[in-house]
Amino acid sequence: MKLSIYRYNPDKDAKPYLQDYEVVLDHSDRMLLDALVKAKAQDDTLAFRRSCREGVCGSDAFNVNGKNRLACITKLAELPDHVTVRPLPGLPVIRDLIVDMTQFFKQYHSVKPYVINNDPPPERERLQSPQERDELNGLYECILCACCSTACPSFWWNPDKFVGPAGLLQAYRFLADTRDQATSERLDNLEDPYRLFRCHTIMNCVDVCPKGLNPTKAINHIKEMLVKRAV
Amino acid sequence: MTAVRKFDAIVVGAGGSGMRAALELARANLRVAVLSKVFPTRSHTVAAQGGIAAPLANSTEDNWHWHMYDTVKGADYLGDQDAIEYMCRRAVEVVVELEHMGMPFDRLENGKIYQRPFGGHTQDYGGNKMAMRACAAADRTGHAMLHTLYQQNVRANTQFLVEWMALDLVLDPQDGAVVGVTALEMETGELFLLQAKSVLLATGGAGRIYWATTNAFINTGDGLGMVARAGLPLQDMEFWQFHPTGVAGAGVLITEGVRGEGGYLLNKNGERFMERYAPNAKDLASRDVVSRAMTTEIKEGRGCGPDADHVLLKLDHLGPEVIMQRLPGIREIAIKFANVDPIRDPIPVVPTVHYQMGGIPTNFMGQVVAPEGNSKEAIVPGLYAAGECACVSVHGANRLGTNSLLDLLVFGKSSGEQMLKDMHALPRAQRNLPKDAGEATRARLARLDGAASGERVVDVLNDLRRVMQAHCGVFRFPDDLQAGVAKVKEIAARSQNVFIADKSRVFNTARVEALELENLVETAVSTAVSAEARRESRGAHTREDFPGRDDKVWMKHTLWYKEGNRLDYKPVHLRPLSVETMEPKVRTY
Repeated sequence: MKLSIYRYNPDKDAKPYLQDYEVVLDHSDRMLLDALVKAKAQDDTLAFRRSCREGVCGSDAFNVNGKNRLACITKLAELPDHVTVRPLPGLPVIRDLIVDMTQFFKQYHSVKPYVINNDPPPERERLQSPQERDELNGLYECILCACCSTACPSFWWNPDKFVGPAGLLQAYRFLADTRDQATSERLDNLEDPYRLFRCHTIMNCVDVCPKGLNPTKAINHIKEMLVKRAV
Repeated sequence: MTAVRKFDAIVVGAGGSGMRAALELARANLRVAVLSKVFPTRSHTVAAQGGIAAPLANSTEDNWHWHMYDTVKGADYLGDQDAIEYMCRRAVEVVVELEHMGMPFDRLENGKIYQRPFGGHTQDYGGNKMAMRACAAADRTGHAMLHTLYQQNVRANTQFLVEWMALDLVLDPQDGAVVGVTALEMETGELFLLQAKSVLLATGGAGRIYWATTNAFINTGDGLGMVARAGLPLQDMEFWQFHPTGVAGAGVLITEGVRGEGGYLLNKNGERFMERYAPNAKDLASRDVVSRAMTTEIKEGRGCGPDADHVLLKLDHLGPEVIMQRLPGIREIAIKFANVDPIRDPIPVVPTVHYQMGGIPTNFMGQVVAPEGNSKEAIVPGLYAAGECACVSVHGANRLGTNSLLDLLVFGKSSGEQMLKDMHALPRAQRNLPKDAGEATRARLARLDGAASGERVVDVLNDLRRVMQAHCGVFRFPDDLQAGVAKVKEIAARSQNVFIADKSRVFNTARVEALELENLVETAVSTAVSAEARRESRGAHTREDFPGRDDKVWMKHTLWYKEGNRLDYKPVHLRPLSVETMEPKVRTY
């Protein structure tokens, strides 16, 4: 197959370019990551992140033929013979397919992504019914790969002010947790024309999430909570 | 000159144990840095699936004594019983703490943490009834735990050095105390000397020495390489766990929790063959037992598929509801990597390298120990290790499922506690760094950057992985082992002459992979040499020529030294902290 890969090395390149690689696949090559690893075997200067190779660590998110995806769970069989791989859009490129995710994580951190409960801890576990626990499904599974936020035009325009779909999904994960006591503090933190309300329900996030999660739905839940609080 | 940065404590690795230790250190007013090759939530703890062991007794009767018995037996009596008692007694505490931190455990109707059965978890000291001891967040327990620990570290303002790779330990030649590490900042390509009063290695496993592995690309034994190069020993490296259920051909893990929930293995005749090998526990026997049974089935021609090279894991009878609720991640993996939907069809599986029982020798407070003078276990000042890279030893010759996540929490916490305690006894001022600090690292980097020709890293690495796979597998043969040692040594020599085309500074992943190769080589050599020497079968180390366990001669820990591939041995701690010794018995399930 033919891979056209975005290349940029600040040490030597004045500007980025696409480099073509011809990769011979065998039957053990299932995923796009396998093809990228083969390209790197031809040319060790090609740089990209990867780790678990099973879709749980979130390292290898790239823009593949125009869509943000995880290379390790993108089946080669479902791709055309010519694939163009670029870094995630909207974030500064450090080198080749490696982007600077500082802004993305800054937004994640800004939602206070941890359970806040100031009661003295009981001797055993805090209780939570299976139904209450089910509320966290579709939220806690996020792998912070940034496919969603870097597919979101609102995040492209205002990465410093708009929390973005990944951060907001996690904001709701803690709002939805019955063990958390910081609901109003969390809502205060989001009630802002930019932080939450830059979401215009474009739903690119839902379209690209490799884990099948739905940040738009979570964002709507937060908006509902704000409305309820106001009336 | 190499730039120096000063800290009180350095944690190398941001997986479960490193981040648990970091939480302890964050409580004190210290300068702490946590280094990680990857963003913390990308560490391989994220891939753990089935659960974390703790005798909460939420569904069945259970207590730490039974948990301890199962662990000692599972370890095939090579585990240190003081450390095992310590771990089992702290299990409830650390799991409850994790819940308080926000871990999204599944729940029972009464609101308590959901627990499932797992291999080798029994009631009443190996009785016929299984204990439900594995605390689970669906089949994403490691993911949920790693993110929870990261979140708590965000709250505690832990300083992370993300995408930094530690390269070598810096020792004070006066007394061998560890006074820092050299480390590469990947984004800039700059080398640093990180000076510290104490260093915790929490670098995880090194399963990438094998061809077929459940391990991530990053699992390259960096801590093991650092320790070996510093002249310190590695312990029990011959013991590698083959997980029974890796997806055939892909290596991706399918949790034992599938069998905990009621799934079972079939050969080509549709026979539930584990009934023959382990009449009581059947598919929930210990992992070494199940992996040997599967390998035997395949070897004797009862494997499935056109090449008769795997067996099948059947779970459709659990029904879509249980699968969607308790095993959703497995379903996703099976669909993606095996092209089967387990709601309808069985998953093709083979034993796949998963976990190293051996590692950096420590006591149960995380202090690294090594023979010196009359002591077999003298403390190495300033150096600690926890998690998969450490050998405490609680897993002995075979780890029980779900004890690994527990190990991360208990020994991550105890090392953090011990580091604080030791630090209080030290003078406030840092020691001076030795004059030649960082010299060895600079020489390694200079060689790599200076090489104008040589072998490609990927070729040497792939040969290493093939040799380990062929010579150090589930069943081990004397000729293979001897040939394996020779071949691995040859590859070790080749690894000194690799060439990278990329000489640039910024995010040079070729350089990182070349440095990782050196660590993988130390791991593989220690494994092959230790395995060849151990003339018995125990736990995961099974020799065709010595099929029995030999407690008289071999109930001892192996210590391997890089220099001259020297081996030493030390006794197993048979005396627990408060209970009677659990005497070695014939191990059946």
